[in-house]
Amino acid sequence: MTPLERGARLAALYQERILDHYRRPRHKGALEQATGSHGEKNPLCGDAVCVAVRVSGGTVRDARYTGTGCSIMQATASMLMELVRDRSCAEVVALERRFDAMLESGVADDALGELGALAGVAAFPTRHTCARLPWKALSGALEQSSGK
Amino acid sequence: MAVADTGLRDLRPDFPLLAANPGLVYLDSAATSQKPRVVLDALRAYYETANANPHRGAYKLSGAATDAYHGARQAIAEFLGARDAETLLFTRGTTEAVNLLATGWGQAHVHRGDRIVVTRLEHHANFVPWQQLARAVGAEFRICELTKDGQVDLDQMRALVTANTKLVAFGHVSNALGTINDVREIVKIAHAIGAVAFCDGAQGAPHLRVGFDALGVDAYAFSGHKMLGPMGIGGVIVRRPVLEAMHPYQFGGDMIEFVFDGDTTWNVPPHKFEAGTPNVEGAVGLAAAVRYLDGVGMEAIRAHEVALTRYAMKQLAEIEDLHLFGPTDVGTRSGVVSFTLGDIHPHDVSTMLDVDGICVRAGHHCAQPLMRALHQSATVRASFYVYNSTSDVDALVASLQRAVARFHAGA
Repeated sequence: MTPLERGARLAALYQERILDHYRRPRHKGALEQATGSHGEKNPLCGDAVCVAVRVSGGTVRDARYTGTGCSIMQATASMLMELVRDRSCAEVVALERRFDAMLESGVADDALGELGALAGVAAFPTRHTCARLPWKALSGALEQSSGK
Repeated sequence: MAVADTGLRDLRPDFPLLAANPGLVYLDSAATSQKPRVVLDALRAYYETANANPHRGAYKLSGAATDAYHGARQAIAEFLGARDAETLLFTRGTTEAVNLLATGWGQAHVHRGDRIVVTRLEHHANFVPWQQLARAVGAEFRICELTKDGQVDLDQMRALVTANTKLVAFGHVSNALGTINDVREIVKIAHAIGAVAFCDGAQGAPHLRVGFDALGVDAYAFSGHKMLGPMGIGGVIVRRPVLEAMHPYQFGGDMIEFVFDGDTTWNVPPHKFEAGTPNVEGAVGLAAAVRYLDGVGMEAIRAHEVALTRYAMKQLAEIEDLHLFGPTDVGTRSGVVSFTLGDIHPHDVSTMLDVDGICVRAGHHCAQPLMRALHQSATVRASFYVYNSTSDVDALVASLQRAVARFHAGA
């Protein structure tokens, strides 16, 4: 790998949009009247994220997260909360599949909105778990919500 | 590429993986070391000339395997400064050694109301087995805290080691901060009330002359793979009085004397604690590793690491927002530098370094109780060994500076 290629891979991973969400997270904090919440941890690196959702009529009305971790995890969480608002739970499941596919292919998926910026994570297999963590928390929160 | 400033010749050519990857900057030897060619050759030679199951066959080849295994035990015991080689028990590594002690010694000698003292610096391998032993038997489990400089607080240690203390367990060198503990002083505190002193030498044996017989500890454990040897071999040296009071850890072949229908008698140490077919390959490989280390010289290795660490601490201090953990005095730390870099998460730091071919560890370093006390979820850790040079430190520093620039470009 030449220095130029190295720089390109890092530039793809640490896009300004990702760093911006890391520095100025959106939808971070407590959610009132949550119908479900779920926390996930990565014991290897200490990342922790908890997602809370308010679901009614099978649609995510609001979603917020709390947690600490690396830029990839935080940016994913921040963008994800934005993406799933006003989506049906079935749509969220389909979007998660598309996100996983993007982590394999490395090709940005427009259907994922800003999360398309995370396509660069594909080239860093050890960081896939960072990008997957908020999705796992969200999926747990939706599950808890549907059980209520 | 001579490393004149530390006094050691460039050893990279001795290490096939490093020789084949000239761009690789390997700074994770505290996790595992690279292996010199002499170790790989020894493994191959063993299988090509002496492989059989030791202790079992009456035929010559089995004798050759037995000789290889015992020769390795002798060489490693001698390297670690233990005259009585039969008190060196082979295990898979330090983790198994601690579990062996916690089960074989601890379950028989630690009772309800007794106390076990460990330190805040411990790796999980020298923390969890004792914590769980204490829980199982109803003993107290106490943690000695650190001074502001990242050293074990010996005053608190003196207060914690009360008459009911049966064991003081501590690391020789901290894997997370690089702190070198005052082994002799801790042993003195433990022995003053008759407690057993156990030293986890996983990070000590690779870097410092151990001198077991003079060190005073009752048991000292080590991992071969951190000291240029293969993975899956390590051991613990146990002083005779403690060894004689230990119960078997695992049952099976080799560790028995006579097996009757209703009961069994045990073989003598070290066999009593080495059930099953031993890892002869590993022992032979580790013996080659310690011969290599002796050839380089442990004093020269220590001087090399002190020089590298001093240089690294000075260079790293130049980076804005870099916070270095551990003792400030190079004399009381080994070749480990643990740090955070402003608001850039350690995992992001390690990914950016990785792209530049620099291998460091980011995480809690299997020392969660320590990380919690430091109020960190993770740190970046660079660790040095015989094959590292000041140019590796330069590469690290340059890459960290690029990381800062990248992360803060749009801030």
